Amino acid sequence: MSVMFTVSPDFAPDRLSGWYIFNTWLQKQSAEAIHLEMYNHYQDLHQAIAEDKIDLIYANPFDAAMLVREKGFLPLVRAKGESDEAIIAVNADSNINDVADLKPNTRVAFTDDPDVRLMGMIMLEPADLHTGNIVPLLSDNHVLVAKHLLKGEADVGIILAEAYDNLSGMIKKQLRVLVRSQISVIYHSLMIGPRLQNRRDDFQKILVAMDKDEKGNGVLNALGFSAWQKIEDEEMEFMIDLMDTLNT
Amino acid sequence: MIVDMKPEDIVGEYREATLTYYDGKSRKVLYTELETPYPDGKLIVSTTTPDGVISHVNRAFVEMSGYSEAELLGAPHSILRHPDMPAAAFKDLWDTVLRGEKWQGFVKNLRKDGGYYWVKATVIPNVRGGKVVGYTSVRRKPSRSKVDECIALYPTLF
Ligand SMILES: Cc1cc2nc3c(=O)[nH]c(=O)nc-3n(C[C@H](O)[C@H](O)[C@H](O)COP(=O)(O)O)c2cc1C
Repeated sequence: MSVMFTVSPDFAPDRLSGWYIFNTWLQKQSAEAIHLEMYNHYQDLHQAIAEDKIDLIYANPFDAAMLVREKGFLPLVRAKGESDEAIIAVNADSNINDVADLKPNTRVAFTDDPDVRLMGMIMLEPADLHTGNIVPLLSDNHVLVAKHLLKGEADVGIILAEAYDNLSGMIKKQLRVLVRSQISVIYHSLMIGPRLQNRRDDFQKILVAMDKDEKGNGVLNALGFSAWQKIEDEEMEFMIDLMDTLNT
Repeated sequence: MIVDMKPEDIVGEYREATLTYYDGKSRKVLYTELETPYPDGKLIVSTTTPDGVISHVNRAFVEMSGYSEAELLGAPHSILRHPDMPAAAFKDLWDTVLRGEKWQGFVKNLRKDGGYYWVKATVIPNVRGGKVVGYTSVRRKPSRSKVDECIALYPTLF
């Protein structure tokens, strides 16, 4: 039986090949036939999870609670030193200097990345903004969020901090960061589903040792990570509780 | 565990009040009118044991409260209680989480230096293996309009 691996649709497009290389590496190391299936939209991913098709997933923190509590997934590892942060950006020429200046009907551009959107909306709360009183501009990716700001089609944009930092200098020069989150305890995690859980320890060992192996280290580079770090069950539970408080 | 606040820790002119806690113990607090603005983009996180004793704090908590991590761990969470906060708010907090539900509210907290800071707090029970092993509170920046509403409302709840 083949094992199905997937990556949360918010992966950086230039890491796509990295995930395929990682999948090949993991197959060899674990001697499991692993098939990588990439979904472009959360809707498709959630459908696959609901149908119990997934065995391994590099999951968005927003999905972690559902995966653990409803689907019996357990955490394996996270990328060492990486956490999900969001920024609120405006056009460099905008007269908005503080989130508190924003008024109802502000045009907010964001992607369907659920944890970034959640963190972003929390950073807009000091202006009494919420999903009910903004004009939402759902965008296909973070570059398009930036473009909405440049063209004056959006007043503020919610962007994954890492994606913002990787925007071209040309684009960044025309934008200004109003707020950058400093949460540091919300992160993506590689998780393992019920069908494969008898191999959890093996997978954890292989992954934690990955950076010490020359080939493995190269694969990590292709993903933009330095190493994998084990996630304790309680750490995952803590993050799920945290997401739960933010989700209100 | 909580001792009276000391004048040498206080920054600025202060007033005195004696708080009586839920368990009947009391503490002398010294407080000023100096507000520390909530830092943009940060969350203030703490976890307590089932009876409200602090068991974990993040860096933002340490920075905003003015206490060291060592002073906070093992202390009851009421170490931050401000005399302007009505007991009814905390009764509602505890009634809610003891029912296993999420509580959300606006809280004025007392710093070690006598100053204060407003937060929007969400408290949830930490359920592990079907048992409540503690509570976690995550605070975020409140809007000024919500804080102003509380400034008007809370004095009427005493
Ligand atoms: C997780 C958690 C976080 C809390 N955070 C605060 C806080 O930041 N400030 C505060 O005054 N009380 C906080 N409380 C409530 C205190 O436990 C306490 O009820 C309150 O300070 C009033 O004191 P009393 O109940 O002893 O009268 C928190 C309780 C829990 C369970």
